[in-house]
Amino acid sequence: MANLLTIETKRCKGCGLCAYVCPKKILELDMSNVNDKGYNPIKCIDMSECTACAMCARMCPDSVIKVERDV
Amino acid sequence: MKVLMKGNEAVSEAAIRAGCKAFFGYPITPQNEIPEYMSQKMEASGGCFVQAESEVAAINMIYGAATTGTRVMTSSSSPGIALKQEGISFMCAADLPCLIVSVSRSGPGLAGILPSQGDYFQATRGGGNGDYFIPVYAPNGVQEATDFVQKAFDVAEKYRTPVMVLVDGMLGQMMEPVEFKKPVINEYDKSWVVGARSGRERNVINSLNLLPESLEQTNITRFRKYDEIIANETLFESTVADGDEVAVVAYGTPARIAVNSIEELRADGIKAGLIRPITLWPFPEAAFAKLPASVKHIVVVELSQGQMVQDVKLAVGGRLPVHFYGRCGGMVFESSEIAGQVKKIVRGE
Amino acid sequence: MGKVVYEKSKGLTDNPLSYCPGCLHGTIHKLVAESLVELEVLDRAVTVASVGCSVVAYQFFNCDAVQAAHGRAPAVATGIKRVSPDSIVFTYQGDGDLAAIGMAEIVHAAHRGENITVIFVNNGIYGMTGGQMAPTTLITQKTSTSPFGRKEATTGKPLKVSEMIAQIPSAYYIERVSAHTVPHLVKAKKAIKKAFENQIHGKGFSMVEVLSTCSIGWHMTPVESLSHVENSMMPYFPLGVYKDEGEVIS
Repeated sequence: MANLLTIETKRCKGCGLCAYVCPKKILELDMSNVNDKGYNPIKCIDMSECTACAMCARMCPDSVIKVERDV
Repeated sequence: MKVLMKGNEAVSEAAIRAGCKAFFGYPITPQNEIPEYMSQKMEASGGCFVQAESEVAAINMIYGAATTGTRVMTSSSSPGIALKQEGISFMCAADLPCLIVSVSRSGPGLAGILPSQGDYFQATRGGGNGDYFIPVYAPNGVQEATDFVQKAFDVAEKYRTPVMVLVDGMLGQMMEPVEFKKPVINEYDKSWVVGARSGRERNVINSLNLLPESLEQTNITRFRKYDEIIANETLFESTVADGDEVAVVAYGTPARIAVNSIEELRADGIKAGLIRPITLWPFPEAAFAKLPASVKHIVVVELSQGQMVQDVKLAVGGRLPVHFYGRCGGMVFESSEIAGQVKKIVRGE
Repeated sequence: MGKVVYEKSKGLTDNPLSYCPGCLHGTIHKLVAESLVELEVLDRAVTVASVGCSVVAYQFFNCDAVQAAHGRAPAVATGIKRVSPDSIVFTYQGDGDLAAIGMAEIVHAAHRGENITVIFVNNGIYGMTGGQMAPTTLITQKTSTSPFGRKEATTGKPLKVSEMIAQIPSAYYIERVSAHTVPHLVKAKKAIKKAFENQIHGKGFSMVEVLSTCSIGWHMTPVESLSHVENSMMPYFPLGVYKDEGEVIS
């Protein structure tokens, strides 16, 4: 089982700060998806690379990301 | 037991006896004895006293303390009350109770420190933004001032509104025998307060409302509260009797001067009575609703260039001539001066 | 089941934040909320919201809240704390609110040594009203009321609030932090938590100034705004502890 990022896409404002601070560069805006607020929400493109460092979640102004580490 | 006290000090003592637990104020003549008294006595009574950096800060401290459901008060004088208008508007909008004692001096601007009633509009119309009123008591002496301070706290809590006791500098400074009555302390709903909450839902005290439908309804609801205040709390005294030709209208200390004027007029064969509004808001319109048919003239006397006279005219509705006589700038009329004016009016001079 | 490394703080309500995308108000809110939860004071905390973008902060902190008039939050907080000393009272103010209209109130709350916590968010602009110049706007920075860039000759130099408040004898703890990178957030959280701990222990006036962004007002993307904090704000507004009566600063 890998680490887990749960992204509450409906609350995401697509600011991209999480992607900017992600050391693994595995977050990017989902240009194929528009949420109810009209934003392209963030998505993880390679969960297997995630180290559960939670930098994305700490930076996110809207508390959109929950991070769980595989134990 | 009666004690001889200066108006400002009696007001302060009355507040402490009524359970006032916080005073926030700023020095300004002629109300300084109130913060001075509070600084001396508040701590011993388990309350707090803070001399704020400005009247603006003081009223906002009152706003904060009032959110906890504590009995709080501030006092000031004319230019200081002007600065408090921001906070008064916010407190009305947030439905918060407090007592404001206004010891008015002459204006406009810095002007003088002698007694004046030029703050009638400031008290009854406010200078803060938005649709609101606050109950305003205008005592005619030190005894009434203490009684109304105690009553004001109760009315403030009952209706969740700031309440003002408006006295002129004369009343603040003069000494009279006063008896402190046992204050009425009723229990009102305090479920709205902020502070340690032990499991209850969080409370928010706020005046921001960006939804017009909601804000309109909030304001209408507040005016229903004002309807209740008008129905239950309006106070006045009237000695106008059948056969009186003149109704003299005065409030506060000038009403006491007018009592003597009326005696002098009677001695000269002119029958007159006194209408004394005790609450300035709500204005006692009822006092003018059923005047005896004998009344031909209404004479309003104020220590201003004429402010309450406008409310009298609204209440009279054009049914009778409403005359005005006033002094201002700290000048105070004598009883004979008022009597002389009334005589001229009656004689059509 | 994975171990939860990070999730939304219980110190925040479920209301979606009204701030613009990428606005660090939300990030700073989290630091405050997490501190209140970790210190176990959420149920006796009272936030005093100010006027500006964070006027609606009362919707987001999951504690009692009072909304104050523009600049008056420290006076309102004084009133609450003096009569309800067990409450943990904090103001959350922007630079227009605290450093312009509310300067008297913040100076005198510090002067009296009020036992309150002040979170001062400095992004060098009036965000809510549409990006006007603030006392903290940088020289040459363009805003809607300094359209040709802030000029020292007519508007002076940006006000350094932490340095100024630190000079007040009764101020207990003054620190400037930033919210623009995760390592900076870790330090900011530590400072904010300390500012609350000081209040819990009755130490007196604590203020944490947090450098923040306004990507809309600055006409930048949220990511560009982070670099602006690093490259333009931090050189003028140096981070660090400006006063700590609890520790000797070397």
